[in-house]
Amino acid sequence: MKRIVLVALTAIVVTLVAFAGQMEVYADWPGVDEAVVKKFAEQAGRPPRDPYINTAQGDLLLFCFLCAGTVGGFIAGYYFRALFPPKTKGENRAVASPV
Amino acid sequence: MHIAEGILPVQWALLWAALSIPFLAWGLRNLRIRSEQEPQFKALVGLVGAAVFVISCMPIPVPTAGTCSHPCGTGMAAIFIGPTLGTVVASVALVLQALFLAHGGLTTLGANVFAMGVVGSFAGYGAFRLAQLLGAPWIVAAFLAGLLGDWATYTATSFTLATALHGDASMWTMFVTILIAFVPTQAPLGILEGFICAGAYSFVKSRRPEFLGVPAKGGAL
Repeated sequence: MKRIVLVALTAIVVTLVAFAGQMEVYADWPGVDEAVVKKFAEQAGRPPRDPYINTAQGDLLLFCFLCAGTVGGFIAGYYFRALFPPKTKGENRAVASPV
Repeated sequence: MHIAEGILPVQWALLWAALSIPFLAWGLRNLRIRSEQEPQFKALVGLVGAAVFVISCMPIPVPTAGTCSHPCGTGMAAIFIGPTLGTVVASVALVLQALFLAHGGLTTLGANVFAMGVVGSFAGYGAFRLAQLLGAPWIVAAFLAGLLGDWATYTATSFTLATALHGDASMWTMFVTILIAFVPTQAPLGILEGFICAGAYSFVKSRRPEFLGVPAKGGAL
């Protein structure tokens, strides 16, 4: 596992260094939904309209993303602990707890 | 790959929804059957579902393109719980994102589910199984599941957009144009998703290898 993480991080760093000269330093970081999907939709005369529940107003979207991350993270953590219980001392692999 | 509200004409939105529904029904049936066979299966689906939800709404900056995009997580989901359940968890994630996060739309839900859920899951699962059949090491197979699940999702999105929006122009020209527009952002992100998938597979293999045979049990996808 550690080796894979190390390889992945090395690959990311090498990629960033290799493309450092081409980096979009002044980019405004639009999402690909906006940069590609919205662009082609507008060109075709079908621009996106506001969602039925429009949370993209002010900091409301930030709040929603934070809630989504918190709830999603809690659920993932809850099931993760149930499925992968922590190893105890002197035990190679912990016995699974029933869920 | 979230196609926003109002982009697809009604007939195309309905078509993609109709194509997605059988896969959802298949996935829900598999969930019921496998939950009866494996007491821990629902917990595994819950974990994978939460991971797909978080991963697929996490915008990651791509410095080489100057844009942000998100991995999909469905390739990874498919090798742990099977492609039909990968479709189910992707659908739940996409519904929540359309309702509360202004990502995707309710009218375009069918198209988004088809691209990310159906195509992403089956492409990832197919790549994983094919790589194993060809004798590739498990780590390479898992990497390919993540990579190709991601790239297939964006290919499907390009196709969805091109079929609905090409007008009088050539559909294939528009498909290739949209696909090429995705490449600078999605090529590196697909590679990143491949590493995430391989890392997750490696972790499960070392801690709970019994989970890795789950999709194949009973021959169900």
